[in-house]
Amino acid sequence: MLIEENHIAESGEFIINMGPQHPSTHGVLHLKIWLDGETILKIEPNLGYIHRSVEKICENLSYRQFSFLTSRMDYLSSHINNEACALAVEKAIQIEATPRAKAVRILLAELTRLASHQLWWAAIGLDLGAVTPFFYAFRERELLNDIIEQTCGARLTQNFIIPGGIMQDIHPDFQKRVKEAMQQIKSKFDEYDQLLTGNVIFQQRLKGVGYLSPENAISYGCSGPTARASGISCDVRKKVPYEGYDQLQFNEIVRHEGDCWGRYLVRIAEMRESVSIIEQLIDNIPDGDFQAKTKAVIKLPKGEFYQRVETARGDFGVYLVSDGGNTPYRCKFRSPNLSNLSAIPEIAQGSKIGDLVAIMATVDLVIPDIDR
Amino acid sequence: MEIFAANQHDKYIIDNRHDDFRLAFLKETILFLKDYFGSIFTSVKSLLTGMKLTGYYFVHPKEIVTEEYPNNREKLKMNERFRGEVIMPHDDKNEHRCTGCQSCEIACPNGSIKIVTKMEVQPDGKKKKQLDTWVYHFDMCTLCNMCVHACPSDAIVMGQNFEHSVYDKKQLKKILNKPDSKLMSGVEE
Repeated sequence: MLIEENHIAESGEFIINMGPQHPSTHGVLHLKIWLDGETILKIEPNLGYIHRSVEKICENLSYRQFSFLTSRMDYLSSHINNEACALAVEKAIQIEATPRAKAVRILLAELTRLASHQLWWAAIGLDLGAVTPFFYAFRERELLNDIIEQTCGARLTQNFIIPGGIMQDIHPDFQKRVKEAMQQIKSKFDEYDQLLTGNVIFQQRLKGVGYLSPENAISYGCSGPTARASGISCDVRKKVPYEGYDQLQFNEIVRHEGDCWGRYLVRIAEMRESVSIIEQLIDNIPDGDFQAKTKAVIKLPKGEFYQRVETARGDFGVYLVSDGGNTPYRCKFRSPNLSNLSAIPEIAQGSKIGDLVAIMATVDLVIPDIDR
Repeated sequence: MEIFAANQHDKYIIDNRHDDFRLAFLKETILFLKDYFGSIFTSVKSLLTGMKLTGYYFVHPKEIVTEEYPNNREKLKMNERFRGEVIMPHDDKNEHRCTGCQSCEIACPNGSIKIVTKMEVQPDGKKKKQLDTWVYHFDMCTLCNMCVHACPSDAIVMGQNFEHSVYDKKQLKKILNKPDSKLMSGVEE
């Protein structure tokens, strides 16, 4: 690498370091950028600033305990990560969560997805120079976080799911408050469109910027809204339904632009889909137990188990190898953000350095999930 | 002669093209100006739509957009399930419900609980395991609720205090059972 740097200094190109403390990388991500004037020649992501070896720690935790660390990975969809861990364990010991627990899990997962997309919407405005949307998105996010706090006890790192069900039954006010919140959020979507979507300056910064072709999206393993904006239908909720998503009516949002504007529109449309899923389910939560009976010490049979879920950023997978004991022999998390990050050098090549901020914002990276 | 003829021909074509060019240029200019002013108009319009919204909230200060840090401690009521810290409730007779079974210690994923037990002679002469100290390392706790969920006798609950900053890390090591506290009667049946 040293030789390359000397060579570049000769030919007039130069290197700048974006991060690890840059506000638009949303965390401690370090991007080394080779530049020719303003044009990006090459990007090299440099990871490891927030590595905590979550996977290794999980090898010493029991199957009830190990999901709590996944909340700290993709902290914006922590509930969905916990869900993946619980589902993997349930798959292995061949039990199913009770119908009530499943419905509550879906509801909380969609609330989390909504809250995550609202934070993304707030941050994209901030990244591209619009400060006002941040406050308006947080107003609705506060509602959702309050509801989640009332039922789960925590706002962000809930750890509400255990194998076989959920920790506590839902709060008595849960249904009423969710309905009120959905009414308010639905009426505020127009405000979002007025503030950002219709804004010409904002559109000009996104349209035609950062094109990701469907071929590249597949070969880099992109998932979630990033890949769906390139015309790839990859929603795990539709393809490999879990928790009873197959009994719900919702559309998979696929667009074919492939640029930042497409990614923006996919996420905006996904928020409306989440609201519709919640509205279908909120009056139809089945009665009964919220927790299936499990043994005091959960032991997995020998073998390998894999479970995929759709988080707010894409396809999250939990891979467990068991040797028959009460802790995993090996635990691996397939995080959507690492794959999405690996596509960024390809997306950003040839575009201007100012557009890199828009690309980073629309791919919506969460750095602790990349490093783990 | 041939060269001359060719030149004549060329000149004719160029002249013709020139007229075409002029017309096309005029058309393009009009289109460009229309586009140019049109885009200015739409941009200003889109900006004004946004400004209208923020203006609405400016003249309606009662519709709160932001939230304040909770300074109203007297009136403030947190959600009953809020996870602030682990506490051990004691009743008026200074009795708690912890039997010292160590379920919470086993359930804790990061070892922030340490339970010390002692053997105590009961009135009927038998020796019995009793709780001595319930040591809680709050600096390691992630408030995951696993200990409260695991407790068979509901001895510990989540407290509602949300401000824990101290100057010395040692103050975060707490002993939850009060001095000289005893096990509540009827818990172990």
